[in-house]
Amino acid sequence: MTIVIETRDLTRHFGDLVAVDHVSMQVPKGSIYGFLGPNGCGKSTTIRMLCGLLIPTEGSANVLGIDVLEDPEALKSKIGYMTQRFSLYEDLTVVENLQFMTEIYSVPRSERAPRIKAQLERFSLVDRAKQLAGTMSGGQRQRLALAAVTLHRPELLFLDEPTSAVDPESRREFWEFLFDMVDQGTTMLVTTHFMDEAERCHALAILDQGVLVADGSPKRLMADLPASVVEIESDTVRVVRETLLDLAEVIDVAQLGSRLHALVRPNVQDPSAFLDASLRQRSLQASLKLVPANLEDVFVMATLGREVDR
Amino acid sequence: MRWLSGVRIFAIAKKEFFHLRRDRLTGGMVVGMPIMMTVLFGYAINNDVRNLNAGVVDEANTTASRALVADAMATQVVRVVVRAGSPLELERLLAAGKISVGLYIPADFEERLAQARPPYAQLMVDDSDPIVLGAARGLAQLPLGQNPQTTLKSTFEVRALYNPERRSAVFIVPGLCGVILTFTMVMFTAIAIVRERERGNLELLITTPVQSLELMVGKIIPYVFIGYIQISLILLMGMSLFDVPVRGSMLDFYSGAGIFVLSTLTLGLLISTVAETQFQAFQLAFMSFLPQLLLSGFMFPFEGMPKAAQVFAELFPMTHFLRIVRGVVLRDATLSMMVDEVWPLALFFVVVMTFATMRFRKRLD
Repeated sequence: MTIVIETRDLTRHFGDLVAVDHVSMQVPKGSIYGFLGPNGCGKSTTIRMLCGLLIPTEGSANVLGIDVLEDPEALKSKIGYMTQRFSLYEDLTVVENLQFMTEIYSVPRSERAPRIKAQLERFSLVDRAKQLAGTMSGGQRQRLALAAVTLHRPELLFLDEPTSAVDPESRREFWEFLFDMVDQGTTMLVTTHFMDEAERCHALAILDQGVLVADGSPKRLMADLPASVVEIESDTVRVVRETLLDLAEVIDVAQLGSRLHALVRPNVQDPSAFLDASLRQRSLQASLKLVPANLEDVFVMATLGREVDR
Repeated sequence: MRWLSGVRIFAIAKKEFFHLRRDRLTGGMVVGMPIMMTVLFGYAINNDVRNLNAGVVDEANTTASRALVADAMATQVVRVVVRAGSPLELERLLAAGKISVGLYIPADFEERLAQARPPYAQLMVDDSDPIVLGAARGLAQLPLGQNPQTTLKSTFEVRALYNPERRSAVFIVPGLCGVILTFTMVMFTAIAIVRERERGNLELLITTPVQSLELMVGKIIPYVFIGYIQISLILLMGMSLFDVPVRGSMLDFYSGAGIFVLSTLTLGLLISTVAETQFQAFQLAFMSFLPQLLLSGFMFPFEGMPKAAQVFAELFPMTHFLRIVRGVVLRDATLSMMVDEVWPLALFFVVVMTFATMRFRKRLD
């Protein structure tokens, strides 16, 4: 297995703020690696360091065999970076933007037109070819952005919250594109705060306040969760939640719509019955059931650990 | 350093052209600005002052004194608007700005004349405006018709070679080429990189293999063309509206303009690498423009400035270009005769371009 990205104790300070705190990770070739975390957790900063746009305060990063501190320019023709904010030119048309990118990435002259045509077809932008990029919808822009950063066929793709501004339909479609590219051998690092997207990644890193608090495949992370998950349905979820949070055996209770997910310490024998009894004592009605952990639970648990430490 | 890529430079230049084509306001400025400024400056700026408001106190009130007032009015430099009773009243009118010149003829005017005992009369001048002072000085040389003894014979005959009619437009319009280009060129490029940063394009651009120098060169190419459009417009308007004679060769004119345009464009680029926002870029561009306007010799005579200001002004591209353009357009000078003005422009271009390229880092921190 070839490693495409390897960092060791990657750290970045902005003044007193530690945006990224000793992150060490490995991304294998041909996989989608997800960065999961809330806004401001250091996802974008990490990506920018890996692209050579920010200099790490500490630690090292090796991307595609190149030390980003030593020769960031050597890296630039081999990677694609889809920024969080739409960064193509809004006053240029779709085709003009794509032409610009082929020229900037020195795509051979004879290949420019065929590649642009292929991208237009692949990302269903043929009808939009002459439209100004600034007048397109969020989903169309995301497709254009992806088309633009993959014109030069990069080995490695960085995508910073690629779907945060698009509707669910476009998100599904977008991930189809990503899986196609992975099949062709491209490696990707994607940041997201959507659990369903994170679950699609081959491997995940959960970042909280710049610290990598958990990593592994989504399945592994869910299976290894050091807690039992009890799903609770009740008419009085808020009161139930307050009550459960007071119990020492309960690590945390998260509300998911009208349901609650209670994370119970693993030493409790029958967590469902235990919680039921506790609620009955306070004459609260609820139906409880033990469920397998989902990624949300993993996320809650991982980010909670940090707060307990502090 | 890696090899520069012509394709990438061209890609940047083409993209800048697209921006310009779609930005109506900027496009309008390219043509509108030189037209407006040439008309405005060409018609409005006139150092040949006429019809200054004057007040007269004639205490003599004789034939000779009345003739003097008539002679003064005949020059068309002054126009008598008030007849006052006393010199004190003249002073009040001057302070209030009602008149610019006060003409005082004393009661013993005839006696002074007869005894050839100057001064015969007094001019009170509002010298808070130096141009008015200059015009009034001319009035002081006015010969007194009746008394040929008082007229001075000139030692020298003055031969004005290039602008014998002393028309201001002939002097102003070639200089305007420098002023307008300095203003628009610096404005355009000052926002060139800041705009990319503000709109978020820079983050993508610096992740591509494009090199700093390629970006800088590509950014200024479209504006060289715009500079040429503007300078041609100004010259054409000068020739047709103000009869500005173009005596030198067009090749020399355009070559000189080319070097000048390149040097002012790099100044804008440098500003663009310093400024964080477009507003800051505008402020800096304006800050760089004002001293050039004031010290280059366009507004005030270069020779009249203190030595330190002259040395400072030698740094500006506009100072050298004004000399080149006046030389080529009015004096039929060739560019090779003016090498001393050409090399500072070339040096400015190389130094500032290098500095701007080094300042621009393909990083976000």
